[in-house]
Amino acid sequence: MSSLFPNKLAGIALVALLSGCHRDQQQPRGQPLGETVPEAANPDTIFPGGAPQPPLDPRAAHYERNAYAIAQGQQLFTWMNCVGCHSHGGGGMGPALMDGKWRYGGRIDQIAASIAQGRPNGMPAWRGKLTSQQIWQLAAYVRSLSGQVRKDAVGARADTMSNTPPQTETIRKPVQPADSAQ
Amino acid sequence: MRRVFVGGVAIVVVAIIVGLVLWTSRTSRTVPAATDYGQASAAKAIPARSASPADDGNWTMPGKDYASTRFSGLNQITPANVSRLQVAFTFSTGTTEGFEAPPLVVDNTMYVVTPWPNNVFALDLTKPGAPAKWTYNGNAAAAAKGVACCGPVNRGAFYADGKLFLNLLDGHTVALDAASGKELWRTKVADIQKGETVTMAPLVAGGKVLVGNSGGEMGVRGRLTALDEASGKIAWIGYTTGPDTDVLIGADYRPPYPKDSGKDLGVTTWPPEKWKIGGGSVWGWLSYDPTLRLVYYGTSNPGPWNAAQRPGDNKFTAGVFARDIDTGRVRWFYQSTPHDLYDHDDINEIVLADVPGPNGQRIPAMLRPSRNGYFYVQDRRTGRVLSAKPYSYINVYKGVDLKTGKLIPVPEMEPKEGVVLRNICPAAPGAKDWNPSAFSPVTGLVYIPHINLCQDMGVSNANYIAGTPFVGADVKMYAGPGGNRGVFTAWDPVSQRKVFEIKEDLPLWSPALATAGNLVFYGTMDGWLKAIDARTGKLLWRFKTASGIIGQPISYRGPDGRQYIAVPSGVGGWAGAIVTMDLDPSDPSGALGFVNAVKDLKKKVAAGGTVYVFALPQ
Repeated sequence: MSSLFPNKLAGIALVALLSGCHRDQQQPRGQPLGETVPEAANPDTIFPGGAPQPPLDPRAAHYERNAYAIAQGQQLFTWMNCVGCHSHGGGGMGPALMDGKWRYGGRIDQIAASIAQGRPNGMPAWRGKLTSQQIWQLAAYVRSLSGQVRKDAVGARADTMSNTPPQTETIRKPVQPADSAQ
Repeated sequence: MRRVFVGGVAIVVVAIIVGLVLWTSRTSRTVPAATDYGQASAAKAIPARSASPADDGNWTMPGKDYASTRFSGLNQITPANVSRLQVAFTFSTGTTEGFEAPPLVVDNTMYVVTPWPNNVFALDLTKPGAPAKWTYNGNAAAAAKGVACCGPVNRGAFYADGKLFLNLLDGHTVALDAASGKELWRTKVADIQKGETVTMAPLVAGGKVLVGNSGGEMGVRGRLTALDEASGKIAWIGYTTGPDTDVLIGADYRPPYPKDSGKDLGVTTWPPEKWKIGGGSVWGWLSYDPTLRLVYYGTSNPGPWNAAQRPGDNKFTAGVFARDIDTGRVRWFYQSTPHDLYDHDDINEIVLADVPGPNGQRIPAMLRPSRNGYFYVQDRRTGRVLSAKPYSYINVYKGVDLKTGKLIPVPEMEPKEGVVLRNICPAAPGAKDWNPSAFSPVTGLVYIPHINLCQDMGVSNANYIAGTPFVGADVKMYAGPGGNRGVFTAWDPVSQRKVFEIKEDLPLWSPALATAGNLVFYGTMDGWLKAIDARTGKLLWRFKTASGIIGQPISYRGPDGRQYIAVPSGVGGWAGAIVTMDLDPSDPSGALGFVNAVKDLKKKVAAGGTVYVFALPQ
């Protein structure tokens, strides 16, 4: 009994130490990234002559799997009438967004670029109407429609008239190569 | 005296000979006028005589004639021999969008108009295999597809005076030289930046090309534009909403009921400024009475679907206009569905027919199987409703009051924000959507291809952003009572009753064709072209085409004197969007709720674009 007590103390000390370590290792906020939509993001394509594929935009991490960004994006999705064409992910006038098929690339920065720039088969260009932050938030929500984000980041309540199951029930679809929907 | 007598005899003899020659040449080339069938029975409806001339074997406009009968006077193919009908040739358009446009046939040339990008092929029917004489590339902007609510479809061209007129999805009307395919003029009539497209077939009459805009789901301002047939210059524009000066309502406006009478109703029946984005587009069918010189057409639903945002009657949406073709001025207007709650457009076909009156006279009438589920028979001179009986299951309206002309709604079926209203029948596409009926003067019946869908609906505040959808509703559709999603109904417009009906599993999205051989043709979304007996509805022949059928079957006489049947095959449109757009069936609200009703369609059919032509074996 008495021998256990120091062990217990040591355990508490260890936990405190470890959590302290964790705190020490916490990511600093660092230099703020300009909230601009990635101009460099391309639809998936061939980069001839071994030219490098552009890396994932560093801002992606700030929005992807971010519950706040996804919730804001969900609200904008209705307010900006995205829902009129893409429904609640099943599509209509525009393509489905919940099936893992991406005409112009399924990375969050690619989605953000598609929203900002528009796409030639009828996707409007939203750059002049939404802030870049809103476009990133929309992209985060759109990516969540095919189950690409963790369940604890998405809304547990469908933002619709009980016609669609909540996003926590969305099954993750594998991301297909761009244009596989065509 | 004697000389006069001889001269008189000679004149009479010459006159008889000339008459005989004319008569024989007429009978050898033509079959009896459609109107002639009506003489046999006084109790039948007959097509408006001046709007439905004798069949010359051509098919020059989508409705077949100005009366929109979709009736062919050809009678070689009959119930006795239709079982031997076989493919004569096929033609692939290279497109995979919904294929709704009927091929036109004029003097041994077949004109095929495709969905976006709106190409035209002129096929030479005198040569084996019907090779193309010329092709025309419409090059409609791809961006237009993003504002076409229900697929980038085209509902057909119109042939008149050596020219072919058609509308491009991106808002242009073009006139082509029918002999060469050369573009004669091109006029912009709609703006995709405002969400406007053009999907309807133009109607050419009285030297005018009449064109309407689509976009009832995009907050457009509906209108009918008349272009000069020779130059393409705009002659007049009749708006659906706005002040009387824009709607072209003047002193000669004579509405049939007090409810449609008043000053600037296109403004005062809306909340302030909302008429500017209130829909009432003109994307359906026009008919024309050459005697009265009136053009008839219906207007679309008001926008947005969420009716709480637009208290009032929302004139002049969801109703029928009669306009003077020369000036565009409104003679009368009748609003079928005031303050529409469910997307019940009123753009369906209008068949001009004369019905028996109470004292043995004929009343110049119009027959309208409406989207709200009622079959309207109206006096086409005044707009008065003679009868309006339901031809499909309805639980959101109680009927039409013939004294006031008012549709009687069921108050508890009004959608309210924050509540899901269930079991709304008919659903948003109505008891019948755009696909037109055929009217046979032989039987006096209207053959209605339609749907049996109900829906759940929840409305919310819609935000107007030009060039995006303006709807504010979540919808989920499903089969109505009986479980069949499609119905083919033969309706007697005089006795106002159903003569027979055929239940179809899938929604019917193809128009119908009636022939003097007492056959009726229609297609199904899983690709069957069916021929039924016009009197009994008995299925006599069917053929499985490559894709689903949502287009108009037609009949024409070939250069060899034989009767042919042609039909486009290519699923799509609102009902077939799940296939053409590869929609995800796990979201029931997809395609404005239609996806839920046709979840199985992708397993049954794939997209395509082929014209099939059939004939009896030689």
